Amino acid sequence: MEAATVPAQRRVEAPVAPRPQESWFAKVGRYAAKLPLQLLMAAIALLWLIPTLGLFLTSLMPAGSIAEQGWWKVISHPSQATFDNYNALFDNNDLTKALVTTAEIAVGNTLILVVAAALAGYAFAWLEFPGRDVLFVVVIGLLVVPIQVALIPIFSLYNSAGLFDTVVGLVLFHVAFGMPFAIFLLRNFFAGIPKDILESARIDGASELRIFFRLILPLGLPAIASLAIFQFLWTWNDLIVALTFGRNTQPITVAIFSQLRQFGTNIELIAPASFVSLALPLVVFLAFQRYFVQGLLAGSVK
Amino acid sequence: MAADASVSVSEGHAPHLPEPSGAGRWRRHAVTAIFLGPALVFLAVWIVYPTIRTVIRSFFDRSGDNFVWFDNYKTLFTSDTLVKAIENNAIWLAVVPATVVAIGLIFAVLTERIRWSVAFKIVVFMPMAISLFAAGVIWHIMFQKDPDQGAVNAAIKVARDAVVPAGVLTSANASTPGLRGDPDQGFVLRAPLRAGATATMGLTAIPPAQVPAGAKQAVPPRGEAGKITGVVWRDFRPGGGKPGVVERGEQGIPGATVNLQDANGKVVKTETTGDDGSFTFAGVGAGSYRAAIDKDTFAKPFDGIAWLGPKLITPACMIAYIWVWAGFSMVVIAAGLSAISREVLEAARTDGATEWQVFRRITVPMLAPVLSVVFVTMLINVLKVFDIILSVAPGSSQDDANVIALAMWRTSFGGVNDFGLGSAIATFLFLLVIPALLLNVRRFKRES
Repeated sequence: MEAATVPAQRRVEAPVAPRPQESWFAKVGRYAAKLPLQLLMAAIALLWLIPTLGLFLTSLMPAGSIAEQGWWKVISHPSQATFDNYNALFDNNDLTKALVTTAEIAVGNTLILVVAAALAGYAFAWLEFPGRDVLFVVVIGLLVVPIQVALIPIFSLYNSAGLFDTVVGLVLFHVAFGMPFAIFLLRNFFAGIPKDILESARIDGASELRIFFRLILPLGLPAIASLAIFQFLWTWNDLIVALTFGRNTQPITVAIFSQLRQFGTNIELIAPASFVSLALPLVVFLAFQRYFVQGLLAGSVK
Repeated sequence: MAADASVSVSEGHAPHLPEPSGAGRWRRHAVTAIFLGPALVFLAVWIVYPTIRTVIRSFFDRSGDNFVWFDNYKTLFTSDTLVKAIENNAIWLAVVPATVVAIGLIFAVLTERIRWSVAFKIVVFMPMAISLFAAGVIWHIMFQKDPDQGAVNAAIKVARDAVVPAGVLTSANASTPGLRGDPDQGFVLRAPLRAGATATMGLTAIPPAQVPAGAKQAVPPRGEAGKITGVVWRDFRPGGGKPGVVERGEQGIPGATVNLQDANGKVVKTETTGDDGSFTFAGVGAGSYRAAIDKDTFAKPFDGIAWLGPKLITPACMIAYIWVWAGFSMVVIAAGLSAISREVLEAARTDGATEWQVFRRITVPMLAPVLSVVFVTMLINVLKVFDIILSVAPGSSQDDANVIALAMWRTSFGGVNDFGLGSAIATFLFLLVIPALLLNVRRFKRES
């Protein structure tokens, strides 16, 4: 995000900056002229913040009062706010177990995907083999295949292979459906590494594996980071895959979903659970937003 | 499926490499296999093989034993719930991608003009990081029907009450036949009035709890020259009382809207009653008039729009979805925008082009490739809409909110468990994304 905006900002401000003799009166006028736009943008930003804030405030309301009043009442009566719902949430074994399962799935599949896709990305970028371009076109084609197409056969396969309702089964499925995008992203990034570096390493007699580990991985780190963050968030947030291939192996989204079927009676559980489920992605996003946006811009075809 | 994997891998083993030494060639093949193998196994086993299986399965019945040609597809296009899902998806396709592109474009252009654009972008982009499912829970809470619980209806209520305030009463009857009408139309006194006359308008059937706060003992009007005076009151006291007569213990209705109509029924004056129910029309000219209690007095309070009901559930889901994806569109378009040469824009401005002309004639055409990327991406995303409907729509309106991806899941795993029909829906979905697939391939080939 910063990468995208900084140059734009600089250019917009450029014609404004060199006016040293401008009077304070003109300055005030210039800001006043921008006021409606500032207000509009502030209103839009609020509109985008309020829903999430609403979920958070709902999660702070005592169980009994959620059905009687809106969450905004908490702002005027902050004494009502309580963390009781969160205490109840973390005492609930199903939900804490779901959080652990979510983390296992998200971390596990991201690690496997990064390794497998980096190897393949290198092959597509720098190894010569017949059919390379055709194969890569196939990978690009697979980018848009909907998950729904795979659900039924994999369901049968998992049932006979003993992978149904296991973390491993969910991890493998996520790796596969992250693969086309991952290969696409990494191959394009690796292809941009200067040829001279690789050629001289090859002339020095380095093996392909050595080149991969010593050169490509360090140089490709920004793209790998983008991919890892993307895939982590993507699978942390998954619902459909876990809903299909899990029963007792429930990540947090599925655990909330099974609570949601009785909505209205147990919002005091759903609201804090939803907020916990989105807190980690939000932190990851805010901490690594640069990589996140780079990945997005590199592969906005998924 | 292992066979599929080896087929793909073997392309890397194809024997016409321009390399003479046998040992070196095999070494290279082995290296390629190590690099490519794991990824290709995943693609082959979890994507390519199931896709083929699903297409084949779609021609078999529920049990999987009988080949039924296109029967499942016939069901897909005739069953009420599935047709509804396809219709809903068509609405999604028509509305959402275009809206997301438009919002993203507007935001991207506007952020260039504020100093806190980075903060703005982070805020709008944030929903992209959270799950569509959690976003749906968020909007489920926002869209609650009761204005005391749902923020959307609460905001609408504030706006509506400023324009059309709720009436002081909800319902009432006339206490005497001299007053005719009902709460929906308002009440009119039968007897015509002239300046100096009085109007007594008694209402009954008002529960004590409904009497407006601040109501005082009603006072019978006294005629005044050049004016028409009157009272609107609750013509009832414990024990009954005498209809049409203002008695001790009977309260006035404050805040009622009363009209004075001329002989043609046209409203010439409007007043609001005081705490004792009294009102005065001053400066009344010659001629005969009628007094009436306006229907606004009985205007129902806003009790909320049923966003999550069957009629509005699809728009409600779309709003939540647009809220999520606007940030994506904005960020991609903003990146495209920052790549446009500022010189061109400045030159146009120096030549006297207005901001709108610059936007319309230069910015948008130069952004066209980026806009189309976002648009196509959103088309594909919208075809796969799933999670957000499960969490926004309550169980009672999920049939009305149904879309293809959700219908596929519900048919296959949601209790019906018809894998034949489910496969047909999945295949249909796959066919719908094939144009996007070809577009991606073409774009890649052009770029390389």
